[in-house]
Amino acid sequence: MNFFSSIRWRLQLWYGLLLFTVLCGFGMAVYQLESGRQARRLDEELQRRLPLLVESQHPVRPGEGQLREFVISGRNAARFDQGGDDSCYYVVWLHHSQTPVIYSATAPRDVPRPEAGAPTVRQRGQLREAFLFPGPNDCVLVGRSIAADAAGLRQLAWRLAGIGATVLLLGLATGSWLVARALRPIHEISVTAGKIATGDLTQRIPVENTGSELSQLAAVLNATFARLDAAFAQQARFTADAAHELRTPVTVMLTHLQNGLASDCENPEHREAFEASQRAAQRMRRLIESLLELARLDSGQETVQRNPLDLAETVADVLKLLLPLAAGQVITIKSDLATTPCRADGDRLTLVVTNLLTNAIHHNQRGGEVWVSTRLVGGMAVLTVSDNGPGISAEHLPHIFDRFYRVDSARTAGQGRTGLGLAITKAIIQAHGGTIEVVSEAGRGATFTVRLPE
Amino acid sequence: MRLLVVEDEPDLLAGLVSALRRQGYAVDAAADGEEGLFKAQAADYDAIVLDVMLPRLDGWELLARLREAKATPVLMLTARDRSADRVRGLDTGADDYLVKPFDNAELFARLRAIIRRSTRQTRSLLVIGEVQLDTAARTVTRAGQPVTLTAREYIVLEYLALHRGEVVTRTDLYEHLFDENDDTLSNVLDVHVFNLRKKLGQEFILTRRGHGYSIA
Repeated sequence: MNFFSSIRWRLQLWYGLLLFTVLCGFGMAVYQLESGRQARRLDEELQRRLPLLVESQHPVRPGEGQLREFVISGRNAARFDQGGDDSCYYVVWLHHSQTPVIYSATAPRDVPRPEAGAPTVRQRGQLREAFLFPGPNDCVLVGRSIAADAAGLRQLAWRLAGIGATVLLLGLATGSWLVARALRPIHEISVTAGKIATGDLTQRIPVENTGSELSQLAAVLNATFARLDAAFAQQARFTADAAHELRTPVTVMLTHLQNGLASDCENPEHREAFEASQRAAQRMRRLIESLLELARLDSGQETVQRNPLDLAETVADVLKLLLPLAAGQVITIKSDLATTPCRADGDRLTLVVTNLLTNAIHHNQRGGEVWVSTRLVGGMAVLTVSDNGPGISAEHLPHIFDRFYRVDSARTAGQGRTGLGLAITKAIIQAHGGTIEVVSEAGRGATFTVRLPE
Repeated sequence: MRLLVVEDEPDLLAGLVSALRRQGYAVDAAADGEEGLFKAQAADYDAIVLDVMLPRLDGWELLARLREAKATPVLMLTARDRSADRVRGLDTGADDYLVKPFDNAELFARLRAIIRRSTRQTRSLLVIGEVQLDTAARTVTRAGQPVTLTAREYIVLEYLALHRGEVVTRTDLYEHLFDENDDTLSNVLDVHVFNLRKKLGQEFILTRRGHGYSIA
């Protein structure tokens, strides 16, 4: 089964993608919310600390207004200069000085003075800083490292990813189970249909009374199978009835004609009439048998019984029976029979060999030769029958396996041949899963090659 | 030898009866299953030729009911040749199975074979002293010389030979040699035995007075 064309895998894939997208979106939203919340909290804290510094200012010289001095009380300084992750630092610039006037012990050395009019919060690398301009030229800044917060956020991200992966795996497993469960009826339908395709028409799909879409489908298919079954049964019954209806009258004719011939019938004209009728009755008998055999093979109802046997032995047995016929027409049969094991219906294989050999003998000229060989080629049992007779011309070659097709009706009709021999031969070989082909040229004989699997 | 032919197609029945009578058998006919079963149970036939498709009671059923009481050899005739049918026929107790259409010669050969098997003879050649009976060719030789017998004489001889060592009563012989429509007088038997003794030797057929005949 192609991975991408399987409904099951396609459903799984789409479901997995959807689940993955939803989880990613959810995880990112949570991360964003959390990091935003942390940033806001930090900013609020920094903003809250700024006034602590500003409240402690007082003018350096009264009256001048813009010159102030910051005095950091020990209590406030202690609040800032704590070690640890939470410790904040402060930096104060006075007048237009770019160099900080006062800064806490934990403050980094190279804090640039913020520009007036800039937003009151800024971020520099791992540092978050808030500032205030208490006087026109003064600036107070409070900052804190956010390394710890970033680490916390990273941890959150990992945790979210872990939860997401677990949910995804669980979701995929559940999805797989659900899909398998939903598709199981389809599997059952296909298994049953497969059995029916191989000829077991009694199989039905088990239908649960849930009224689901699939059980409706199963019911429809079952109804179809039942009709198919009935049609095949009807065909088989028809073949059997036809057999009975055709065979009985021929039996009556043969019995009476043979009685007539056995009686002391002195009138040569009557005798001849009896004999001609008997020949016709025998021909009808062969024709009926051939038609019924074809009907049986066509219906596919009667599967061939494949037993292990040696093709070479079958050919040797047929040769024994046919040698007198060949000798009668002054035809030499040369055989090259290597042990060729195959699995086939013995009676039908004998019919195939007999048909091909009698054809080769009949369509040959006096003094002609027929070659027959069996061998195993690449796991296939191969039978070849060739002759050096007049061959088959190109216009007839495509039709010689057709039913009742005669290359020369005037010549073959009289020899008690039905015109179905090669059609039956081909049908039997196909029923065995084998092939038959013919190579011929007018005036150069014909070669039939049969290949049977294993 | 007395046979019963059960066949519903009248033309075929007539043909079979006439072909088998020509072979020297005494032949009774039945045109449906019930009549066939009645006759098969009433008389001791040497063999029954039974069609499978019969009105009123089909061949299988007839055979099954007959087998409850009798082991008469049965040759089934059928127009169906599905191997399942064949197996069923043999399983039900048929002794052989012939698919229509058949040649008369094949029917005769198979009948001879099942009759021979039922009398536990395995070969078609019976040798009694210097007399040889070829039941396949229906010929008799005495000391290598062919002996010409009429069909009836041959039948009497074959029946006695097949039951060699047993005493065959006149009723037995009469039952097996003449069919139901035959109104031949019973002393015809004596004529046949007389002629056989003339051709094969006086001591060949023994008379057990009050019982019947036998071949030692």
